[in-house]
Amino acid sequence: MLGRGASGVFWMSRYLERAENTARLIDVGFHLALTRGNRQSQDEEWKSVLTTTGMLEDYCSKHTDFGGSQVFNYLLRDRDNPGSVLAMVENARTNARVVRTSITNAVWETTNEGWMHLRDLLSRPVRETNLGEVLREIRRIGTLVRGALEGTMLRNEVFNFSRIGTFIERADNTARILDVKYYVLLPSAAWVGSSLDNVQWDTLLRSVAGNRAYTWLNAGSMDPRGIARFLILDGQFPRSLVFSYDKIRSNMAGLAKEYGHEVPAHQLLRDAGDKLNQVTIEEIFEGGLHEFLQDFIGKTIEIGSAIAADYRFSE
Amino acid sequence: MSAESGTNFDEMLNADGSVRPAYAEYRQWFDSQDKSWLRRQDAEAERFFRRIGITFNVYGDDAAEERLIPFDMIPRIITAREWRKLTRGIEQRVRALNAFLQDLYHRQEIIRSGRLPIEALRNNEAFLSQMIGFTPPGGVYTHVVGIDLVRTGPDDFMVLEDNARTPSGVSYMLENRETMMAMFPELFTKIPVRPVSDYPRRLARSLRACAPPAYKGGKRPVVAVLTPGIFNSAYFEHAFLADQMGAELVEGNDLRVVDGRVCMRTTTGYKAIDVIYRRVDDDYLDPLSFNPNSQLGVAGIFDVYRSGGVTIANAPGTGIADDKAIYSYMPEIVEFYTGEKPILQNVPTWRCSEADSLGYVLDNLADLVVKEVHGSGGYGMLIGPTSSKKEIADFEQKLRAKPSNYIAQPTLSLSTCPIFTKEGLAPRHLDLRPFVLVSPDGIDITPGGLTRVALKKGSLVVNSSQGGGTKDSWVLDE
Repeated sequence: MLGRGASGVFWMSRYLERAENTARLIDVGFHLALTRGNRQSQDEEWKSVLTTTGMLEDYCSKHTDFGGSQVFNYLLRDRDNPGSVLAMVENARTNARVVRTSITNAVWETTNEGWMHLRDLLSRPVRETNLGEVLREIRRIGTLVRGALEGTMLRNEVFNFSRIGTFIERADNTARILDVKYYVLLPSAAWVGSSLDNVQWDTLLRSVAGNRAYTWLNAGSMDPRGIARFLILDGQFPRSLVFSYDKIRSNMAGLAKEYGHEVPAHQLLRDAGDKLNQVTIEEIFEGGLHEFLQDFIGKTIEIGSAIAADYRFSE
Repeated sequence: MSAESGTNFDEMLNADGSVRPAYAEYRQWFDSQDKSWLRRQDAEAERFFRRIGITFNVYGDDAAEERLIPFDMIPRIITAREWRKLTRGIEQRVRALNAFLQDLYHRQEIIRSGRLPIEALRNNEAFLSQMIGFTPPGGVYTHVVGIDLVRTGPDDFMVLEDNARTPSGVSYMLENRETMMAMFPELFTKIPVRPVSDYPRRLARSLRACAPPAYKGGKRPVVAVLTPGIFNSAYFEHAFLADQMGAELVEGNDLRVVDGRVCMRTTTGYKAIDVIYRRVDDDYLDPLSFNPNSQLGVAGIFDVYRSGGVTIANAPGTGIADDKAIYSYMPEIVEFYTGEKPILQNVPTWRCSEADSLGYVLDNLADLVVKEVHGSGGYGMLIGPTSSKKEIADFEQKLRAKPSNYIAQPTLSLSTCPIFTKEGLAPRHLDLRPFVLVSPDGIDITPGGLTRVALKKGSLVVNSSQGGGTKDSWVLDE
């Protein structure tokens, strides 16, 4: 396939994944704002959502306060925000148009219809009363497109590039969400056992859709190391770092098989994956959770760039 | 405009209001349908088009970047007898067009014989000196042609325009049929309509038959569709055709010249292309040979082309054959190369470059249609009968300033066909663009084509960029 085509499916999937994760972060921010009366801690929550999505600086250049509806409208639909959810879904759809001949009608139509529907929903400012509907729709687009890919695409290079895009983005997003909140998992004399801890932990799990799964696996008891282990090392949890890397590896293996040879990105990924599979949560905390996550995010970017270069995404 | 309904030929109805035989079965079916159900189907069709993304982009129209071309559900029906005659006329004309191009870029016999004045070529940007002395693979210049036909009476089809560069609209021909079959399947069991769906396969076969000398056999020739990209107004069509042909859809920046071949950048390296069905204009094809600022083409492609490394379809320089200044000579051109009288007539045309004609045109501006010689898409033209005094006066200034830039034609009484409106059936003017494939194996015309229809009452402008719509075009089986 064309290098540009590989880039198109890769980025289509990345943008959809990122849109979905942003929607989940907004959901959590909103949820907290409802459960907390304290204005200052509400502001902190929205600020950390903006930090996680990398938009804090841009937001602060335009606004001076962190009113909830102002923040989520900025994140969802602000025309001047190139990272808004609407812009991301638009980007995903533009990429889908670019690779129109490589994807099935079902994949194109779900992407296109999702974009059309979302564009209508976001044509007016979002109010708290319809925020839930908007966020559900965003998550639904991701789900439907993944379903269409799963159900209708040949298991070939196109499919593999799409999946690689999804899981590079997911690994990156989960790591960033964790990194912005890593301090809530650190032992702190003042907090231990307080109800604040439980809320913080629950929030963190919610932002990666892991609260139910974690609770189910741990019979309701929460502890910071357990949560960190779950989000980083649990091979069953579909948004963990290990799970995401496993998927990237298997789809990269698919490419090597189809093309009959490996590229440098394969070795890079193998090294990073091996390291991730061998490390224990104790070692991570010993070396510093923040340092570990920073290192992981950097490595993921490096792998993404290597894939783009090795498979000639651009000239 | 001047052609009020009743004074012109209607495709469906006789002058006394009775239904013509070609439409008898359709009309019977239509009359028996619940109109509110039809209206729902109409809305459904629009949703269908949006979902699959059959849109076109309008330049300089930011808010509505992608628009739908309105689809009308009443088919335009052509009888087997009418189609036989059209086919003969089109085939003759397309054969003449290719012979004309071969001659223009070689010995120019038609000019030597005095049938075409040399002025028609001088300063004409559509004539590419780079093509002189070169014969494209298989001797084919116009691989894909669209002939725009209008009708003024039962047996009077005329050619309004030849499209020999990169005619568009064939995806609408195909999707309109798909839509009709999805909406009203029972119609196609009742009425024998000739299928159009194999057009992409025929196109692919036709293009592969024109492989360049560098193609050494073995696997099938590699075909790619070259598009300017997703912001081009016809991008949907480019993607659609590539998809249906199983060809790659490439942009200029996917391509580069490697070892004397035009190659595309794939995930595993550069791979040679044999035939490029290009949907970019000549001027943008090669920054080394043409417009140096072009980002849409491939540096060096023209040298590869001339040395037999790739086939470009349509050939560069074919635009000279559909130039409006050349158009007026088409009757002579057809006769010169085929030795036959033209089966399809031209619309009478005054060349404003000629003093006598200019005088007549200036005296009769209010009754004429005046077109720019190099214009397209219905822009830059004057439709006398629907223009204000001021518009006519303004246009006269432009015309006097550069007469050779214009041709004029009478305002034709174009045929009408009903469209489905909220108030019921209403006649609107239309034209027809059949699509013609040319290869060394012969000339292949898909039965039907694209019917474009003006949606405003009385309007003669059918261009999609000017608010025209489309209809499914049926050719009835014998």
